[in-house]
Amino acid sequence: MSIAATTARQVTLATGKSKDRTPVSLAFLVALWFSLFFGVVVLLALIINTAIDGSGRFDIELLTNYVSVVRPEATGFRAGILGSLWLMGFTALMAVPLGIAAALYLEEFADPTTRWNRFVEVNLQNLAAVPAIVYGLLAVAIMALLGFRDTGIVLGGALALALLILPVIIITTREAVRAVPREIREGSLALGATVWQTTWRQTLPSAIPGIATGTILGLSRAIGEAAPLVVVGLAGSLLFDPEGVMSSVTALPMQIYSLTSNSREALREAASAAIIVLLAMVLGLNALAIFIRNKFQRSW
Amino acid sequence: MASATSADTFPNMSSLGEAHIDGERRLPAQPTNPVMETRDLNVFYGDFHAVHDVNLAYGRHEITAMIGPSGCGKSTVLRCLNRMNDLIAGAHVEGGVLYHGQDIYEKNVDPIAVRTQIGMVFQKPNPFPKSIYDNIAYGPRVTGMKVDNMDDLVEEALRGAALWDEVKDKLKQSAYGLSGGQQQRLCIARTIATKPDVILMDEPCSALDPIATARVEDLMLELRNEYTIIVVTHNMQQAARVSDRTAFFTARPDETTGNRTGLLVEYDLTSTIFSNPNDKRTEDYISGRFG
Repeated sequence: MSIAATTARQVTLATGKSKDRTPVSLAFLVALWFSLFFGVVVLLALIINTAIDGSGRFDIELLTNYVSVVRPEATGFRAGILGSLWLMGFTALMAVPLGIAAALYLEEFADPTTRWNRFVEVNLQNLAAVPAIVYGLLAVAIMALLGFRDTGIVLGGALALALLILPVIIITTREAVRAVPREIREGSLALGATVWQTTWRQTLPSAIPGIATGTILGLSRAIGEAAPLVVVGLAGSLLFDPEGVMSSVTALPMQIYSLTSNSREALREAASAAIIVLLAMVLGLNALAIFIRNKFQRSW
Repeated sequence: MASATSADTFPNMSSLGEAHIDGERRLPAQPTNPVMETRDLNVFYGDFHAVHDVNLAYGRHEITAMIGPSGCGKSTVLRCLNRMNDLIAGAHVEGGVLYHGQDIYEKNVDPIAVRTQIGMVFQKPNPFPKSIYDNIAYGPRVTGMKVDNMDDLVEEALRGAALWDEVKDKLKQSAYGLSGGQQQRLCIARTIATKPDVILMDEPCSALDPIATARVEDLMLELRNEYTIIVVTHNMQQAARVSDRTAFFTARPDETTGNRTGLLVEYDLTSTIFSNPNDKRTEDYISGRFG
């Protein structure tokens, strides 16, 4: 059993080659890189092209003026930007409490084995994939049932967008709630807390970073939507600011949509600049989502 | 190897467990005036028969250990004692669980009220994502306990769990900053803050290193003076070291379905179980000959 008695194994390790770097694996790696770059490059080209098209209009008037056919070179998107902000506010007001409540019910209170809850489950997954325009129709129908003749108002637009992002909020909230360890709930219940107290004081606070992230990502999807707003009947252009829930309103994507096909060069240029503004708003929201997530995660 | 294990078990037990086996504690052969009892307890998960006819009595101010191989139903029995099994969909209990003579599975019994009397410490330390202070104060707050001074209650609970000196300067810091052993003692402190009668412990040391384990075991022996403790453990030495009585469970496969149903084999003073068990299955398990 002496070590010396065993013959040394003859192995050459310094071959000067790597089996991870054969021509086939290299070709595959290049193909993967190409796929990645294709997506990124197309997006970048689009953004840069749009930015160049609208480069003449990155001024304060773009944000503060209304759309003007008389002075197209000074046209602005004040009504659309303010309209989009109003819409986002009321969309969040409607969708967030409803979505969180629905998700909490499904995760914490509902019995997943009943037929009714399974039905809800399947439909939720489907709802997230329903085309945006359908939610516009649904919002028009609801507004009509509520007795509104004019649906192109803040309430109508926000209703359509809230319906649109409700499934997204429910699904992301459920995931965030599910990610809270079972041990936390059991620890709370074992101390004599009720399910309600456990949900309200343990599960929900622990899930807030995930819920906030999902909500803001949902809103950043809603802010770029034009299709449901077209169906609801929002104006493509308005010359006044929204003043309340019942006020007529337009949205930034609506204005962009109505101006990109305009025959005047100056208006198309302004539309390109507005696209960059819209992108900045979306990126801002996404950055906020990331910020909130990181901040909350650090605190515990 | 089996005989070596059995040889190891006995010196350990006699050297570490000596102070509190019945010779010193002079416990009666059967618990008189038990705090809790299970009567013909059967537990089902859906169609699966998890536990069969368990009859056990848990003595006041005693530590009762429930040991046995994986899948023998000991944790299931433990979770019936404060109705934590209610939370598992499809779980169904037959027979009775008596707490001071009252069946806690009767229709008019509120499981929330049961759990305020019968606390539980879990296998994995599960502090809440809150400060150390708020972890302790949570139970008294949610149960609506009348507290004159919460600061005093928090200190008392932390002292009771032998954690006060380690955390008194960082009560407002997150409980997640504590070590695993400290977290588990925090969970014990959290449980005693609500002043329960019985404390259930589900393998409380299985996620801890030997030093942290020893501290928790010392704590259990101290807590015995004020509480009744029922502990499930995989660690036979631990049962021998801390418990007054030991219940040995095993699993019996069903002849037709092959599903394994847990049942109680033997229940006696810990000293008897570990030195002179009546049942061959107990002896085989204790001495490491269990398959």
